[in-house]
Amino acid sequence: MVTAVSFTLNGTAVAAVAEPAETLLSVLRHRLGDTSPKAGCLQGTCGACTVLLDGEPVLSCLLLADAAEGRRVETVRGLADGPTLHPLQEAFMDRFAAQCGFCTPGMIMAAKALLDRNPNPTREEVIEAISGNVCRCTGYLPIIEAILEAARRLAARR
Amino acid sequence: MRIRKELFADERDDDLAIVGKPVRRQDIEGHVTGRTTFFDDRLVPGLLHIRCVRSTHDHARIRAIDTREAERVPGVRRILRWADLPKKAHNILTIFNFGIDDEPALADGKVRYRGEPIVAIVAESLRAADEAVAKVRVDYDPLPAVFDVEEALKPDAPLVNEYIGRNWFRYWGDYDCQQIRFGDVEAAFRQADVIVEGRYQMSPIEHAPLETQGCIVVPGEDGRFTVYTCTQGLHFSLDNTAAQLRLDTNRLHFIGGTVGGGFGGKVDTVVEPLAVLAAMLTGRPVRYVFTRAEEMQVSSPRGAERVYITDGVTRDGRILARKIVHYHDAGAYSRLSTYGTIKSAAHHPGPYWIPNVWVDSFCVFTNRTPSSAMRGFGVTGGDFALESQMDAVARAIGMDPLELRIKNAYRDGDMKAHRKLTEGAALIECIQVAAELARWPLSEEARSASSRIGGGGDRGRVPPTPPARTRLSDRGEGERGRETSRIDAAERPSARATTPPPSWLRSEARAVEARAVEDGARRAAEGGEGRRREEQEPPEPPRPASGHGALRFSSVFGSRRR
Amino acid sequence: MAKHRGRGVASVNYPIGMNLGGDPSQALVHATPTGKFVVTLSSIDLGQGMKSVTRQLAAETLGVPIEDVHVDTGDSDTGPHCMGSFASRGTHRAGNAVVAAAREAKEVLLEVAAEELEVDPRDLELDGRGNVRVKGAPARALSVRDVAQAAHFKRGKSISGRGMFLVPPSDVDPDTGAMRPVTTYAHACMIVDVEVDDETGEVRVLSIKAAYEIGRALNIGLVEQQLVGGAWMGISHALFETVEPYYPDRAHGPTDFNGYLMPGPGDMCPVEIEIIERPALDGPYGAKGIGEMCATPPIPAIANAIEDAIGVRITEMPFTPEKILRALDAKRAGR
Repeated sequence: MVTAVSFTLNGTAVAAVAEPAETLLSVLRHRLGDTSPKAGCLQGTCGACTVLLDGEPVLSCLLLADAAEGRRVETVRGLADGPTLHPLQEAFMDRFAAQCGFCTPGMIMAAKALLDRNPNPTREEVIEAISGNVCRCTGYLPIIEAILEAARRLAARR
Repeated sequence: MRIRKELFADERDDDLAIVGKPVRRQDIEGHVTGRTTFFDDRLVPGLLHIRCVRSTHDHARIRAIDTREAERVPGVRRILRWADLPKKAHNILTIFNFGIDDEPALADGKVRYRGEPIVAIVAESLRAADEAVAKVRVDYDPLPAVFDVEEALKPDAPLVNEYIGRNWFRYWGDYDCQQIRFGDVEAAFRQADVIVEGRYQMSPIEHAPLETQGCIVVPGEDGRFTVYTCTQGLHFSLDNTAAQLRLDTNRLHFIGGTVGGGFGGKVDTVVEPLAVLAAMLTGRPVRYVFTRAEEMQVSSPRGAERVYITDGVTRDGRILARKIVHYHDAGAYSRLSTYGTIKSAAHHPGPYWIPNVWVDSFCVFTNRTPSSAMRGFGVTGGDFALESQMDAVARAIGMDPLELRIKNAYRDGDMKAHRKLTEGAALIECIQVAAELARWPLSEEARSASSRIGGGGDRGRVPPTPPARTRLSDRGEGERGRETSRIDAAERPSARATTPPPSWLRSEARAVEARAVEDGARRAAEGGEGRRREEQEPPEPPRPASGHGALRFSSVFGSRRR
Repeated sequence: MAKHRGRGVASVNYPIGMNLGGDPSQALVHATPTGKFVVTLSSIDLGQGMKSVTRQLAAETLGVPIEDVHVDTGDSDTGPHCMGSFASRGTHRAGNAVVAAAREAKEVLLEVAAEELEVDPRDLELDGRGNVRVKGAPARALSVRDVAQAAHFKRGKSISGRGMFLVPPSDVDPDTGAMRPVTTYAHACMIVDVEVDDETGEVRVLSIKAAYEIGRALNIGLVEQQLVGGAWMGISHALFETVEPYYPDRAHGPTDFNGYLMPGPGDMCPVEIEIIERPALDGPYGAKGIGEMCATPPIPAIANAIEDAIGVRITEMPFTPEKILRALDAKRAGR
């Protein structure tokens, strides 16, 4: 018994079938082929599956796909503007803010949600924004620096 | 981050064009765009999924396994048992002729730790697999368990692992531990002003990579299987999977290399053999990925280590003798702990020149999740103990802890306890630079010390060393479970890390002994009605090599074993 | 009830590569017809930067721009054997194999260029910008692309190289433990400042200052990643992590990140590190390995700092508030 779910994924209208109780993460990865959100724990405790739902960061491993019906979903796959990377992506590259890269998509989406609503965050606000995202490699310091750097670059653009 | 180029400048050319520069990572754009492909990002249609029924007991005989209800769950395609395994027990180092095949991939009639896999459900969906797992009934006969390494060495301790035959691993034929003997610690203790003793206990630690371990196996053309995996050793896992399944290595094609964190936790090759076996038996692609809970409690942790240190020290801060007894908690099976135990012995007594050193490093079996490699394996636990002990020594004699370390630091030309001369030492310089950074005042003597000056000479010689052999009786009596006795040098067996072990140590010989224990339980487990006929058929036998070029680059070890 | 500051130190060394050796790595390097290079490995990048550091080593050795080198790793059909990414061996072992393979490929490149330019190959050098030129006469030059075209389509030569590195296995004397564990060691010294709350038992690491001797920093950005990330992991091991909180009792084992505690982004202290380079005689450009050592020194340094702060020594990891409060109770009770 499957149902249909439709929403906007990175600006494009998409539709997929979903089993009852199938999560948004599963629909994104297995039905729509966007494997950028990661299944790190499937318990809602690591943040690797973070995507934006109408601009708010959500744990797609806990959210049922139905909850996205008719709404706007953003993943890191949609962050670049064509060949031009988002300042967050550029800053993560320049600041050596990723090692294994498994937490990076979720980390960047959590940061994007912050910068979208607060373009000039303090260090403490950055820490708060990514405190639901676990990174086992970096010790967080370069990630915090990269997000602050991205905020500066975005401000310089405006 | 600053590089102190002025130090050791005469040993280096600094004329390099690209080396040293903060070049962006090759993989970084993939990471930030979400296009990096980890094994689980391979979207394969028609996947079957594996979930294991796991032991709820620390130590128990299995009377019976009833899978009848589980088989009726829609979507269940196959249930794997010990009887399906082409090789009944394995250890990942025996492909190098080291160690003992001591671990069945599925329970052999007994479980030796809580969480041990008993049967593997292969189903069309994870939901079906989970439902079937819940419906498998295992009838256990609980056995007494042992959890503490020193308890495990006592005469009345329950035997954990019948393949090993005792609760500790024997090295080089019949040595109960990896020992280091250098000088005469007991004589030196008598000359010391102060004796400092310490006991240090590290914890079992989880690697916690963000990506849990797993693999996807796809049956391909020519009877080959493509395995997308997050292993930390591509050919190592390939060769071990082939060995466990008694397959030619060139029937396996491993693809990986891009891994979501490892830290040593993705070396054991636990998921690949069962997944390939399931793909062989079903002809379907199979995915086997650990849940986060499995990763934390069932995948091997960094094993806990317990270290006893006794130091004999002079009032002016010279460590004359250091005696160490080091216990590695291997859990129920060897995995890589047999290796880590030797590594820990080699690491002692730390980066110091100490003229009398005694080390007994034991690999001990207990009824817990088997431990294995993790970032600093064989060293981290020792360093926690050694560097805690250095401070205890400093306090005991009222000396500055950095001055104590510089005074005892090894220098070029010093003989180490494992009887190799020190080269390229740089501990003193690290201490000096760190002290400078932290504005820690050092004496003129400590500031002017150098790793290149003051070593060697008498410090470069092996001191007279009375032979002393630590023996655990098979009944495990003695002080802290050990006793020492002298042996005649002429009696010493020679041993090489790479020579085949004596025949009694070989896996098949041990397995025969273990099989006798387990046969009864296996008959009980297999006797249940309702088993599908296909389960009684043996797995597909290995085929001859297909003549393709893959063997060229295959591990020499894997090739040689065939 | 108060917060107490303390300072602790640790100095360590770390053996590079598998204990007792016998752990080989291989690499293949070849040029495409247009003069780009592919390094083929089976070594694993698990975040430590294997693809990046081997790419730099190949570019340095070949003498070509980094953009002209791509590292392909992780396919057992094409990637020659590597023992794996563990034991701090990747940079040292696989790095040496890549350097050897790049040297062999470069020899062919220079041979072909020498034939094209009608000079002795020993008189040629790469300029690092994609050209082969005659030493002292830079006007006499060919692009690497042109050399590769000539090799492929005119002279029938494969610009490629094979590299292998093996530390031969060591014997062990079972009585004395005489052995050669490894060929080279990295070193470190760390000084940490902590604050211990004697009411809650909580330990906060305030700062880390350290010196690491690593042979050669092949990529200072990657070095910093490892050392900062490792310092975090060391703090985590010291204060939080265990799968069996009451070891050897098996009860209360965590099964998720709510129960398995690690420091969050707000718990990480400033880290100040300086690098020392004493080259390993057998390392690629002298490099050792830092992937494991980085997580070790915080553990004893924090234990030592706790004793400096509150006068009790915690000898069991992790140094949880419970253990610290119990130790303080015991100290007050005169035990």
